[in-house]
Amino acid sequence: MSGLLFLIPIALGMGLVGLVAFLWAARSGQFDDPDGAANRILVDEDRPLPTNGEKDSAE
Amino acid sequence: MNQLGSDIGAGCPSGLAPSEAPIMSDPSAFVRRVDGQNRLSLTVRGAKCGACINRIESAVNALPGIETARLNLSTGDLEIGWRGSLKAPRIVSAVSALGYGVSPRDDDRSVSDEQREERGLLIALGVAGFATANIMLLSVSVWAGIGEMGETTRTVLHGISGIIALPAIIFSGRVFFKSAWSVLKHGHANMDVPISLALIIAFCVSVSETLRGGEQAYFDASVMLLFFLLIGRFLDARVRRKAHSSARDLAAMAHRTVMRVDPDGKARSVRASDIAVGDRILLAPGERAVVDMRITQGESDIDESLVTGESLTRSAGPGMHLLAGAVNLSQPLTGTALAAASDSLLADIARMLDAGEQRRSTYRRIADRAVSLYVPFVHTSALLAFIGWLLAGMGVNEALLIGVSTLIITCPCALALAAPVTQVVAAGRLFRSGTFLKSGDALERIAQCDYIIFDKTGTLTLGTPQLSGNIPPEALEAAARLARASRHPLSRAIVDAAGTGPLASDVREFAGLGLEGTVQGKPARLGSSEWVGADGSSGERSSLWFSQEGEPPVRFQFEDHVLDDAAVTIGRLHSAGYGMEIVSGDRAETVARVAQTLGINHWSAAASPRDKVKRLEQLEAEGHRVLMVGDGLNDAGALALAHASLAPGGAMDISQSASDAVYSKGLSALPRLICVAKQARKVMLENFAFAAAYNLVAVPVAITGHATPLVAAIAMSASSILVSLNALRLNAMRENL
Repeated sequence: MSGLLFLIPIALGMGLVGLVAFLWAARSGQFDDPDGAANRILVDEDRPLPTNGEKDSAE
Repeated sequence: MNQLGSDIGAGCPSGLAPSEAPIMSDPSAFVRRVDGQNRLSLTVRGAKCGACINRIESAVNALPGIETARLNLSTGDLEIGWRGSLKAPRIVSAVSALGYGVSPRDDDRSVSDEQREERGLLIALGVAGFATANIMLLSVSVWAGIGEMGETTRTVLHGISGIIALPAIIFSGRVFFKSAWSVLKHGHANMDVPISLALIIAFCVSVSETLRGGEQAYFDASVMLLFFLLIGRFLDARVRRKAHSSARDLAAMAHRTVMRVDPDGKARSVRASDIAVGDRILLAPGERAVVDMRITQGESDIDESLVTGESLTRSAGPGMHLLAGAVNLSQPLTGTALAAASDSLLADIARMLDAGEQRRSTYRRIADRAVSLYVPFVHTSALLAFIGWLLAGMGVNEALLIGVSTLIITCPCALALAAPVTQVVAAGRLFRSGTFLKSGDALERIAQCDYIIFDKTGTLTLGTPQLSGNIPPEALEAAARLARASRHPLSRAIVDAAGTGPLASDVREFAGLGLEGTVQGKPARLGSSEWVGADGSSGERSSLWFSQEGEPPVRFQFEDHVLDDAAVTIGRLHSAGYGMEIVSGDRAETVARVAQTLGINHWSAAASPRDKVKRLEQLEAEGHRVLMVGDGLNDAGALALAHASLAPGGAMDISQSASDAVYSKGLSALPRLICVAKQARKVMLENFAFAAAYNLVAVPVAITGHATPLVAAIAMSASSILVSLNALRLNAMRENL
């Protein structure tokens, strides 16, 4: 039975960590643009490496 | 004049939204300065996919001095921050040159009320979910330990559950308490009243049970109830927010800026709302008039297709009236404002939209009707159980416990999920086929309609003139070299037919007459018959003449073609028993031709926005439920007032926001939408029937005192899951209209 004394607080603590993380995410606008977030993963932010002596002309 | 580079591959590359013609307006009046940084909020229309984000953000980032540029794909908001001397119009033209529609936006609307509501519900849902999971953890051990667990351990576990439940119920339950209180004050009752009552009584009874060391505490059941109900609310709020509210889009229109010529002769960019009657206004080529005005100076061609439904352009000169919404095509025009922005046609239509929105808010959804039957039922059965057991000689505590368990188990988890889950699944299915649903109850209203009114231009036809007949390829190519320099719709039709290619040298455009330039060393003209010196009937607006030195003039004829799939779609709707009618603002002969081609017997032409609304009201008075399909500014009022309404993706933004759904990929979306709406209605009714059947079983179980917390938890989650699974069936259903 004494096991419950620390197991229950650990279980609740882990739940709380998850809740706090969720609240932070929701408050900081992580869920404001679900469509954009899903599509941004496809946006290629890499630019080709500049070749010798040339300036980067990716734009 | 050179717009050619931008026309190639313009707009959303996924094809989900059509590209918009670059229409310039100066947003300088909307630039804010925060900490030395210039900030501008823009609303971008037509961005639908990941490639759009990339194109728009990199185009803006390439401008000098830009520090932040971020597009929110869900709302279409583009937030830009920059330092230095960069002028705001350059940012707008960088985005509009890509083929997207752009208008400036006031900052105080960066987070809309709907968005805030949705975020609040999401947080409440998260808290309720946390509490449910953790209390369930403790409850399962209580249930598993029946017979073995000592009373002290059980009471401690119940106590911890109560400590978790209290803040969760107070925080997440506010949504229901607030709404229940606000209707109770007026002496009414809605669904939130029994929900709030169940939450509060269940919690209080469970506390007293815990203090007495009893076996049954309903902490788990009450937070689980809260969790399921919040899922329904959240889905409902999300569907509603996706419906860009009409007010928001209309305001974006009214926020367009106007070039005002001040008494000192200087042109200054001001907000449309600052324009007073009598102000001098400069209307640049490509710009849309925001207020009604009378032209005092300049000659130009104007495109009024979105205002009146007229598919051909007309020439405008001093003394003529120009309605808000008309686009100036060729030369700058100066005029005096006849009305302030709040009195113009645009504002008139805004009032019609308001009236439509009010009429729609009185629509009673199936869910509302189910709830009004349900509320008295829940209350009476719980109260009867309590009084009955009391009279049968049971103690107050036990009788109260049974009454509470009845209240909890009959509480409407399945009912709360039945409609929103169905709407979300149906909206998702329609979205995949290119139709955007704007509100959940739109499905119900579309399913009820039995009569369809179509606008002609842009709805049954392409909306832009197309070249018809055979033209010698050399003449077409030569004419296209002139036409590429012009924004006139007939010129664009020639360019569409000829494709990309070189431009003639020194091209000049003469409003109302045509173009002149040098093609392959020889002077050439494209325009009306008088302009090229050909003998044709003058004033004929659906043809152009092209002449080149030393060669006979060639005639180009244009027609607004009926959409490819229109005939098939109309046939399908006919056989499904729908009454149909065309109400158009265009000339009678054009409308008659289209009606005949499609086999629609009822039509009327030259209809003003008011005529359209009148015809609609006449039909409603005859007992029809009318579905309106239209795209123009002149349709917006009728769209808002119809029982249900649809707009094609190329429609004017006001018309899109006034309608219940926006479709792309042709008219064939119409039967599909009607079919899905009918299926969704059927599934929704099934879900309500299931919820009622569930209660028929659950109430006797609860009244006889068999609804222990374990039974309540299983019954509530099982019914919610069943309802959701039934809604998912919508995805697998076949179209059968």
